[in-house]
Amino acid sequence: MTMIQDAPITSNSSAAKAPRRFQALIGFGLAAVVLFGVAPVVLGDFRLSLLAKYLCMAIVAVGIGLAWGRGGMLTLGQGVFFGLGGYAMAMHLKLADAEPGQLPDFMQLYGQLDALPWWWKPFANPAFALAATVLLPMLVALLLGLLIFRRRVRGAYFAILSQALCAALAIFLIGQQGTTGGTNGLTDIQGFFGYDLNDPLNRRTVYFVVAAALLAVLGVAWQLMRSRYGELLVAVRDGEERVRFLGYDPANVKLVAYVVAAGMAGLAGALFVPAVGIISPALIGVVPSIEFVIGVAVGGRASLVGPALGAIAVAWARTALSERLPSAWTYFEGLLFILPVVFLPGGLASLAGFLRRRRAPEEVPA
Amino acid sequence: MTGLSVRQLRVVFDGFVAVDGVDLDVPSGDVRFIIGPNGAGKTTLIDAITGLAKAGGSVTFDGQELLGRKVHRIARLGVGRTFQNSTVFEELTVLQNLDIAAGWSRGPLTLLRRRTSVPPEVQHALETIRLTAARDQLAGTLPHGQKQWLEIGMLLVQNARLFLLDEPVAGMSHEERDATGQLLGELSRDHTVVVIEHDMDFLRRFARTVTVMHAGRILSEGTVAEVQADPRVQEVYLGHAMEAGNA
Repeated sequence: MTMIQDAPITSNSSAAKAPRRFQALIGFGLAAVVLFGVAPVVLGDFRLSLLAKYLCMAIVAVGIGLAWGRGGMLTLGQGVFFGLGGYAMAMHLKLADAEPGQLPDFMQLYGQLDALPWWWKPFANPAFALAATVLLPMLVALLLGLLIFRRRVRGAYFAILSQALCAALAIFLIGQQGTTGGTNGLTDIQGFFGYDLNDPLNRRTVYFVVAAALLAVLGVAWQLMRSRYGELLVAVRDGEERVRFLGYDPANVKLVAYVVAAGMAGLAGALFVPAVGIISPALIGVVPSIEFVIGVAVGGRASLVGPALGAIAVAWARTALSERLPSAWTYFEGLLFILPVVFLPGGLASLAGFLRRRRAPEEVPA
Repeated sequence: MTGLSVRQLRVVFDGFVAVDGVDLDVPSGDVRFIIGPNGAGKTTLIDAITGLAKAGGSVTFDGQELLGRKVHRIARLGVGRTFQNSTVFEELTVLQNLDIAAGWSRGPLTLLRRRTSVPPEVQHALETIRLTAARDQLAGTLPHGQKQWLEIGMLLVQNARLFLLDEPVAGMSHEERDATGQLLGELSRDHTVVVIEHDMDFLRRFARTVTVMHAGRILSEGTVAEVQADPRVQEVYLGHAMEAGNA
């Protein structure tokens, strides 16, 4: 209570903040070295393109960390936005792959179409398609979010609603085989803006693009989390009703995080297409949407890098286990979801904080 | 007129009339205590004023009608409240709590950047609520009394002109009560303060005027002495409280 304590505490906190800022820079530097230096040297072409796929999952996870970890919105339907981004990109690439004047291959097979459907046409323009991969999911999220948050839908209801949307999109895509490729999705993508995706060198380049995108997305999330908005978002998560009495409309606060997370999922979906060569309803439905969230829960939903690392770890474990024990993965996945929820709600990221506190107990404020 | 003016306020929950035709005037700069037995409708009255409970009638503050507006719009008109159970953001520091409370009018560019310094109004509030030393502490780790002060500090930086405090000293020690009482005195210099309270000792020392509610209606109103002398009040409330206190 005494004012005498003021001075030392102020200097302590500013001294503690400088290295933390430094730490963030070191962290980004380390991540860049690992992604751009170590991984391409250590991993062969096959493993590197698998890593590119995992990094796409990580990009989705960063957005979920923001919306769920900081904003308290359990987004069980990120597949919708991942899918919108993925299909927007794949539609452009299919059009670019097709012979001039011809329809994409699957339309010729199933479509019984004389001409390209009107809603495919703008995707022939690369600038439109690229912008749409991120802006379309954000626009959809904005409209959905306005409806959902204004009506104060939250908690389990929000989670169920996002799942339902996911299922709806997958079912819709399956039903439109002639124009969306149906269950098969958009497959057999050959080129990426003029580069042949069968060329290993070009596949490596795609990996670098994905890695750079992940770093950029982490940068955006970092800025949002440390900003005043980030603090406000946590306040909305922990006391949505209380925030109203401070003069804020929590619906708008949540909307921003939801829309940003959707944009990140859209970007991930768009990069997934050249990295893996396919987008299909099975990749964006209910099950993959839950898998996005599992990685985030394992890594630590409220931290910055936890969701990304968790998503990479879970995706890697999935490949490793499926290669050796194909039937065991489902059980393992269930365990992965239950264990952090029950024993480590802060995820693996909270272990780091726990260790740091044990090493330096004097840093804890009295 | 300036200050709070309530006319024929009526709140009904599923057929139960919680507030039944209340008229209440709290002029600017008053420290008004509202007392009454449990279920008298005190908290519901505050809920109605702040937009949490649907109500009929009229509530104006500094001439602006409040009923029918959304909670956050009412807050922006300068009406702030606290809750019986303190509701600070426990995972954020004292400074972050105050900074958020000070910020509804910030533009997007300010929001998307980090806070680089302590805003002067926040620094001032920290001193007023005597929490300067606890600035970087998580609000969840504060003792109960300091959490209530933090809530009052949040109202200060929020630029509230009307403070509606719901049992601010419940669960506080004697020293904390005295400090809170002083704080109310300081606040009343440029704010209108309405306090719901059960603690009769606290009321005698710090109330300027008192309104007694019973069964959703106003039973009596006046200075502490006038209210204490009112036989109806002694019957329904003070009598109870004294018996309960002695038992």
